[in-house]
Parts: sequence; structure tokens; C-alpha cells
Amino acid sequence: MANKDRLIYRLPDTETLVIKLVGEWDLSEGLVSTDDFAQQLSFNPALKAVVVDGRQLKHWDSSLICYLRSVVSTVAANNLSLEYLHTPEGVLRLIKLADAVPESISNVEVKPGFSLTESVGKRAIHFYQEMSHFTGFVGESVIAFVNFYRGKAVYRRVDFFGFIEDSGPSSLAIVTLISLLIGMILAFVGAVQLEKFGASIYVASLVGLSMAREMAAMMTAIIMAGRTGAAFAAQLGSMQVNEEIDALKTMGVSPVEFLVVPRMLALVIMLPLLTIYANVMGILGGALVSKLMLDITWSMYIDQMMSTVPLIHFVIGLIKSVLFGVVIALSGCFMGMSSGRSASAVGKATTNAVVLGIVLIIVFDSLVTIATTVIGV
Amino acid sequence: MGIVGRDGGGNDATDSSSVVEVKQVVGEKVPHIVIDNLTMTYGERVIQQNLNFTVNHRDIFVIMGGSGCGKSTLLKHMIGLYHPHQGDVIVDGHALWKGSAYKRQQLMRHFGITYQAGALISSLTLAENIGMPLDLYTDLSPADIAELVNLKLAMVGLAGFGSYYPSEVSGGMMKRAALARALALDPEILFFDEPSAGLDPISARRLDDLILELSESMRATIVMVTHELASIFAIANNSVFLDAQSKTLLATGHPAELLQSCPIEKVQAFLRRGEATPERTGKEAHVTQS
Repeated sequence: MANKDRLIYRLPDTETLVIKLVGEWDLSEGLVSTDDFAQQLSFNPALKAVVVDGRQLKHWDSSLICYLRSVVSTVAANNLSLEYLHTPEGVLRLIKLADAVPESISNVEVKPGFSLTESVGKRAIHFYQEMSHFTGFVGESVIAFVNFYRGKAVYRRVDFFGFIEDSGPSSLAIVTLISLLIGMILAFVGAVQLEKFGASIYVASLVGLSMAREMAAMMTAIIMAGRTGAAFAAQLGSMQVNEEIDALKTMGVSPVEFLVVPRMLALVIMLPLLTIYANVMGILGGALVSKLMLDITWSMYIDQMMSTVPLIHFVIGLIKSVLFGVVIALSGCFMGMSSGRSASAVGKATTNAVVLGIVLIIVFDSLVTIATTVIGV
Repeated sequence: MGIVGRDGGGNDATDSSSVVEVKQVVGEKVPHIVIDNLTMTYGERVIQQNLNFTVNHRDIFVIMGGSGCGKSTLLKHMIGLYHPHQGDVIVDGHALWKGSAYKRQQLMRHFGITYQAGALISSLTLAENIGMPLDLYTDLSPADIAELVNLKLAMVGLAGFGSYYPSEVSGGMMKRAALARALALDPEILFFDEPSAGLDPISARRLDDLILELSESMRATIVMVTHELASIFAIANNSVFLDAQSKTLLATGHPAELLQSCPIEKVQAFLRRGEATPERTGKEAHVTQS
């Protein structure tokens, strides 16, 4: 609807401008511009008063309030007087309400504008604070484990067995699928290359060594970071939102002992077991491809693998899986415990837990690989 | 259906002839929401049954009752979130539940709702929260939406806070921002679930004053679930009292009149915060049974 359908400007004398509000003011028709009003003011410099006449107004909503607020500010800026005639009381009250100075404005810090230097500085400080918190959290976890070892930690055994089930048996299906496929992919890639040199039998060595030393532990850890680590962060983040963690603290219970220790212990126990299982599945996947593509029998495959992949490689894989278990539990629990108190903060904590978990898995894997190379294992 | 102002300058309070007209309309008590034989259940469990009462135009209507009697559940039936087991909610003569889902959606667009904890979307700023219904249900330009958002924020005393996230403001401010979002589409009916829960007395009083002011200036009907006696007596002009034991309403009327003359012990105990009514002490059980 055009402005002219809702407004009529009249000049009864050279000093007064009358704005007649007409008909129905409805938001669905859009807001009314005050450009015409400003034009009237500029064409009539002798104006001293503006009168708003609502006699012909039939229906109004926020669009009228928006228009009149704009008129009020223009009138004030031009030092004119303003009078309302037959304007609904509700309209006047809403304008007054909207223009009232909010009492709380002084209670909240005014948000500064964007500054690159400030933003970089804030991020650096935030990173430092996060690292400090994480280090503190690791320290608290160590103390909690010492208390657990001494039998003084407060936690519920039933929770611990629940986490064992969640981290172990409930993850078998996804670990089976991924490990079997990884073993098959390794064997397939190896078969294509090794067949050219007549060394197809070494597919068994390739799959065995890769799975035992790297892939079984790492892939299982990545699955668990996405599954269990994220779940830990979401659970603890929700507890943070509901102030359950505060309640534990006020009851004198260490949240790290009560919440983190059983989760971490469950993951540290279950991850090596899942890694052993992933090894078996990966080797099985490799054997399947060898049998179908290269006509290598099961016994030949197993004999070749046993003779070329010493037990130490499996041990290194298991050591890694223990470390990965600690890392996943720490990152999931830390992100959950330090989550904000809103729905989006819990989502953010969950995402961060997975990202941090995977990054730490890769970092620790590299460190162990370097260490074992240095000591010649 | 109309929105903020249902009358024009003809009903101006400054115009003496129209004041009478307004009073006559108020005096006629035009029904706005009719609860028609409503029964609410959770699965097999009956929460409240055979509820019948009317909320009139421009009422500030309070749903009262002890904890667990189904006040919030009733509110959720009235706003179209829960399907009644039996009966219906009639809004301006239109059945909310017997009609089509499309019709229900149309009716629900005229509702403004604030939830107990504000229920602002935490990933959006206050301005984005308030602008969302305008963006979804109108064809207004982004500039017009921004202007309306500023108006709504100013109306609830939060001018200048549009760029803040819900987590960055206090509980009272969050509730006012939720009210601004409820006002976004200029609703005819405003529903509040425990508006002052968790607020300090001053913030609660400020919110009550704001609700009262908006109700009077926007001429909206207000339906509120609250336990706060101070709020009930300060702003309500009609109410219903639900009872968990008998699973139905025990009393309806102006809260002050219920306090003065309702003979039912539970209603009196609620309105007097459990204190015995001086003139009924010792004979209350008999009065209630009769």
C-alpha cells in the first residue's frame, strides 16, 4: 500500500502541518516511509508545529508506531512542537514505552566494534587460558586416578560398567565394518602393486604390519573419538547446563572423580580390546581379498604374516591404543566440563571434543612412531 | 483478524464520547478463548478433565493451581502444542483442534508466546531472535524488519542490545527479549508460562508492569501461568484454579474476589500461601465439604 493511502498532509496555515492518519495500518503492507514528511518540512521552512490527527484511523499496529517514532525524532531534530489529536491512547503509550530510557543499559558492558588486533589478542589470550584449563584438568585427572588407586575416589560402579558397555560391545558393529574394509583396501592396493613383481604373498605382510602397528589402533581410536568422545562431551555439557556439576561440587564430590574417572577407565580398558578385535577383522579382510584375487590360501596367508610380523608390532599398536583411550576420554570430558550453559554451547563442545580428540590421536601416534624409530623397535 | 489496535482514533481515550464505547465493549465481556469440555491426558493418565471456562477479550487471565496440576499442560493445549484427549479450544469462534492443521496454523499466528526459560534460540542474537518470525511470516524488507526489531527491543527496554546473544544478558533481560519476540507479529493473544520465575522481586515487578502496560496499550488478551501471588494480584483480572486431586477446575473469577469470597479451602490456602483464613479457622473442612 502506498503512503498516500494511509497519510494525508495538510497545511491549514504557514506555521502548522497536519498529518492525517487514515484507514488501516497493517504490517503486511510494509512500513511507511517518513520521506514525504521530511519533504514537507523542507518545502515549508516557516513551520512551527506538527499535528498528528488520528480521527480517520481505523486500524493500527506496529507499522504506525514505527512511523510516528520517526516523526517524533524528526520533529525534535527540527525544534518543532508536536500535538496529537484523537490519536488512540494505546499508540501514545507505546511510543512513550519505546522511547523510555532502558534502566538496564548501564548494567551491561557496551559491546565494542570489531578490531583485528583486539580480536587476535583475545583469541591468543583465550587459547592460553584454554591450555591452562586443559593442563589443570589433566592434573586433576591424575589426582583423581591416584585417589581411585588408593580406593578413595567417589564414583558409582554401575556407571563404570555402563560406560564399559557403551565403549565396548556397543561399538563392535562399527569397528567390525571399518576394520574389515580397511584390511580389504590395504590388501587390494598391495595386490595390484606386488603382483607386478611376482611378490603377491607379501600382501599378508603388508596387511599384518599396517594393521598391527598403525591402522587398527588409529582407526578404532578415530571411531571412538567420533562416537564415545562426542557422547562424553554431550553428556557432561548437558550436566553443565542443568547445573548438575555445580551440585556435585557443592556436595563435596569431585566431578572429575565422579564423572571423568569411570569414563576414562572404561575407555582405557576397552580401546585395547577393540584394537585387538580390529586387528583380527583387518587381517581377515586382507585374507579375503588375497584368497579371491591372488589365490593365496588361508594357511599361506597366516604363515607369511606370522613369519614377517613380529609380536612387538602388535604390542606397539596396543600401547598406542591405551594412549589414545586416555586422549579421547580427556578431550571429551574436558570439553564437556568446560562447556557453556546453552544448547549451542553443548553442540560446540561436542564438535570440539571430536576435533581435539582426532588431532591428539594423530599427534600422539606421530610421537610414538618417532620414539619407536629412535629406539629401533 | 486484526493485530495491535482494534480501534482507530474513534476510541481515543481523549475523546469523551468514545470512552463510554470502550467501557461498553469491556462490560460486554466478548469471549476470546473458550475452553470447551477439555480433557487432557498423558498416555492413559488423565491430567485434567471436563474443563470449561472462558477468557474474554482484553482479560489478563491467570491459570493457577498447585504444582503438578497441569497448568503448563493446559497452556500447551491452548497454544496448539498438545492435542486434547477430548474437547476443544475455541479461539474467536474457530475451533483450534477440530479444524484442519492449516487452519490451526493460521490461528496460531495470532498468538505470542513466552516460555518459562525464555526459549530464545541460543545461536542467534536477540535481534535475530525477534526478527525471525517477521522474516518467516511477512514480506517485509530486511530494513523494515530491522526497524521493527528495534521498536520491539525499545518497547521492552532493551534498545541497543540487539547484537547480544541470549547467554550474554541477564535472566530478566532474556525474559523481556522473549517477550519482544512474542510481540513481533503484533499478536492478539499473549501467552506466558511462569514469566517471573527465577527473577528477583524488582525484575519480576518490572516485568509485571511491562505486561500490564503492553496489555493496556496493545489491547491484547493475556493468558498467564504463574505461581507468583504478587503478580496475580497486581495484574490479573480473571483466573481459573486447577486442582490435581479432583483433576478439574475448582474456581474461576477475579483473583481478589476469589480471595474475598471463595469458600474452597484449597483456593484460599493457595491465595494465602497456606495460611489459614482467619474467619474460617477450625471449620474449614466443613465449609469445603459442603
